[in-house]
Amino acid sequence: MAATTEDDEKQAEAPAPAPAPRRRGRGPLATAVSVFGELLITAGLVLGLFVVYSLWWTNVVADREAHKQSDRMRDRWAGGPGSVDTRGGIGFLHVPAMGGGEILVKPGTDSKLLNDGVAGYYKKPVRSAMPEDEKGNFALAAHRDGHGARFHKIDKIKKGDAIVYESRDKWYIYKVYATLPSTSKYNVKVLDPIPRESGVKKAGRYITLTTCTPVFTSNYRYVVWGELERIEKVDHDRTPPAELK
Amino acid sequence: MYGWIWRHLPGNAWVRALISLVLVFAVVYLLFQYVFPWAEPLLPFNDVTVDGQ
Repeated sequence: MAATTEDDEKQAEAPAPAPAPRRRGRGPLATAVSVFGELLITAGLVLGLFVVYSLWWTNVVADREAHKQSDRMRDRWAGGPGSVDTRGGIGFLHVPAMGGGEILVKPGTDSKLLNDGVAGYYKKPVRSAMPEDEKGNFALAAHRDGHGARFHKIDKIKKGDAIVYESRDKWYIYKVYATLPSTSKYNVKVLDPIPRESGVKKAGRYITLTTCTPVFTSNYRYVVWGELERIEKVDHDRTPPAELK
Repeated sequence: MYGWIWRHLPGNAWVRALISLVLVFAVVYLLFQYVFPWAEPLLPFNDVTVDGQ
């Protein structure tokens, strides 16, 4: 108590010069160390914020954007026949094994495009086939974490699961027949029209999903292959096929 | 560093605290809006495609 009062009195008597000598009293080395320490703390906080940004904020932004773009495409579809601009998207992907929700499919796999929380079909290094093509491989990519994380639960997809692609007037129902939990990012062969690595030898109508693995990094790629089982026409009410019920 | 900023802010402790809060939000905004989107593609966390390079 007594000490406090004494200090208070001292400060009250000479308020201005009081802090100055203390600052000058600290040597340049101590100041440097203190600034360095504060910089380290700041760096830690910035890295923490980056994690928050990547795993939360990018999802918020991407969900909003994907929702907007999906609505726009549904509106365009509802507008009846006419020229269809594929840049806004070509259809929706439904994967019951990854949980509900539709994934807008757009052309290209640039990160700028995928960051909107959509899936993209490959234009390079190989040009993906389209679902309506007679033969070929419909190859898609989407984010595993952040930016909507559309393929986050890709590891939940098992052999025999359905992957449904919804176009303007058709449902394409694919059945998963092979998965590759980890492969090199240079392994472009997984996108081949006949993806031999999945065990098939004949030309057919395949679908390939790629994303990064393990979660939160992208050292390797995760691949899921499916083959077209049947096509259903979209009816007036857009009744989903049995797989999505 | 932070002590230096604190000492150079005007007003009493409450005003300084308020200004500090605004500064913190400004920094977070700059990071989320400009710095992180710029830095992200340079880091190997989110490459989802296979390619030949």
